[in-house]
Amino acid sequence: MNRSSSTVISSAAKAIPAPKKKSILSRFLSRWESPVAGYLFLAPWLIGLFLLTFWPMLQSLYFSFTKYSLLEQPEWTGLGNYERIFTSDAVFVQSLKVTFLFVLFSVPLKLIAALLIAMLLKQNIRGMSFYRTMVYLPSLIGTSIAVSILWRNIFDSDGLFNQLLALFGIKGVSWITNPHTALGTLILLVVWQFGSSMVIFLAGLKQISTELYEASSVDGATRLRQFFSITIPMLSPVILFNLVLQTIGSFQMFTQAFIITEGGPINSTYMYALYLYDRAFGRLQMGYASALAWIMLVIIAVCTALIFMSSKYWVFYENDGRKKG
Amino acid sequence: MMRSSTRSMLQKNVLLSLLSLVMMYPVFWWIGASLKTNEEMSRPGLFPEHPMWSNFSDGWTAIPEFTFTHFYLNTFQLIIGVLLTTIVACSLTAFAFARLDFPLRGLWFSILLLTLMLPSQVTLVPQYVMFNGWGWVDTLLPFIVPHTLAGGIGGSFFVYLLVQFIRGIPKELDESAKMDGCSWFGIYWRIVLPLTKPALVTVAIYCFLWNWDDFLGHLIYINSVDKYTVGLALRMFVDSQSSVPWGQLLAMSLVSIVPSVLIFFLAQRHFVEGITAGSVKG
Repeated sequence: MNRSSSTVISSAAKAIPAPKKKSILSRFLSRWESPVAGYLFLAPWLIGLFLLTFWPMLQSLYFSFTKYSLLEQPEWTGLGNYERIFTSDAVFVQSLKVTFLFVLFSVPLKLIAALLIAMLLKQNIRGMSFYRTMVYLPSLIGTSIAVSILWRNIFDSDGLFNQLLALFGIKGVSWITNPHTALGTLILLVVWQFGSSMVIFLAGLKQISTELYEASSVDGATRLRQFFSITIPMLSPVILFNLVLQTIGSFQMFTQAFIITEGGPINSTYMYALYLYDRAFGRLQMGYASALAWIMLVIIAVCTALIFMSSKYWVFYENDGRKKG
Repeated sequence: MMRSSTRSMLQKNVLLSLLSLVMMYPVFWWIGASLKTNEEMSRPGLFPEHPMWSNFSDGWTAIPEFTFTHFYLNTFQLIIGVLLTTIVACSLTAFAFARLDFPLRGLWFSILLLTLMLPSQVTLVPQYVMFNGWGWVDTLLPFIVPHTLAGGIGGSFFVYLLVQFIRGIPKELDESAKMDGCSWFGIYWRIVLPLTKPALVTVAIYCFLWNWDDFLGHLIYINSVDKYTVGLALRMFVDSQSSVPWGQLLAMSLVSIVPSVLIFFLAQRHFVEGITAGSVKG
């Protein structure tokens, strides 16, 4: 391109009246359809995100390196809290152990119960909605304090559970004050409330095409074989969803342990959330409690990540191998 | 052929009835026990011979100074405040994510999904420190303000649920409204919001249930008995008496789940929609 032609073009460009001049900002914003309205609508949530999530998380991280009783200013102690937690806090170890035991037992049991009962409630027979309601109802009142009070009474030494055992000639123990069984009563309580996982499984089961079952029946597959070769793989994304949800929830279990067993006997049900609560609001050790909270966050994040990583081996997506739509 | 199918039908019904019975047995027992005296409690049998209806009236006034009427009013006051603010704030946010086009939308949305999984314990202590500094402890502000900012219990979940729902509303509706010169707020208010009503009902139901059962939150932020919610009153009931009058206590616990159960029976369909949101494609 030679010089003269470029001047011709530039002078020609000058000759054309420029459209209304836009500032850099408005030209930048014009790449989106509604940038200003978008942020106006989003404003409450954004303010909340920064004020009630990001800022508290930063603060919590800072507190975790301090000694802070709420009454005085936080006093920087570096890694002091973490050092104490990991080296000389037997209660931390105990509550972690209890919480892991609780999660390891309650989550699989709950999901198995939810899946098996969802299979049972899947069919369309008359009166099914009645059965579904009855089975779901205990989950509705889930974490309410009322249910915890009920449970405390049922597993009392002369409560309903021992009355039922007596019918079979078994002499029951005092389930809640016995350190070997107290955690079991809590696990039983949350397993009893498998309803929301069950409803999710039900919705998932309805999506599995009946053709798969029909075709495999023709090939002579048994019901058991169908369960393991069709139902489980087809349902695996839903299982993953429930597993993640329940695991995160179980790590935070609080109300039931607080009311039914109060962490005892001899700390056998001293859930992590309960320990955190005691440190923060019982002893006003906000720094120590913040450190506990961050450790909990890391533990939950690692567990969730492990579940997602493992999902590569057992979760089956129907559109695998196809291009993402 | 016909006979075997009726028989399997019968088998299924028996199995399902048994299952329902096992699941509901503690609840039936609960109803019976709320009418028992302490002595009858340890005796077998679902219902007592002479129901003690007075358990309900005595339990209602068992806590000195305040009756349960007071605690219910407190709880309803809290819940109404939280419910209204949640619906406004979450629907505004969801409208932005589902319909508007603005920079960093994807980033904010993925942050929203992350906060869904964030355990509340992490922000518990610093939020308390903050609200305490502002003199908000023992008021309703620690509950209402977070919900006004589309946060609080279930906030992220509600936004997510509404986004999914609004995405399903045909976009042509707002396109034509835009042609007619409708503002974004007009589209939100006149077109999207009325069509989102079923999802808003779901949000309201879960917001009600979760706040009703939010024991930890109430425990931390409400200190004076005068402002106690029903849950806190029940806990005080357990702790205050040296020998617990179980009949009265169970009667009051039973009353405290009535609102949830009523809502459940009135709006079962919305329940399922709320639970399955996000879990199953379709």
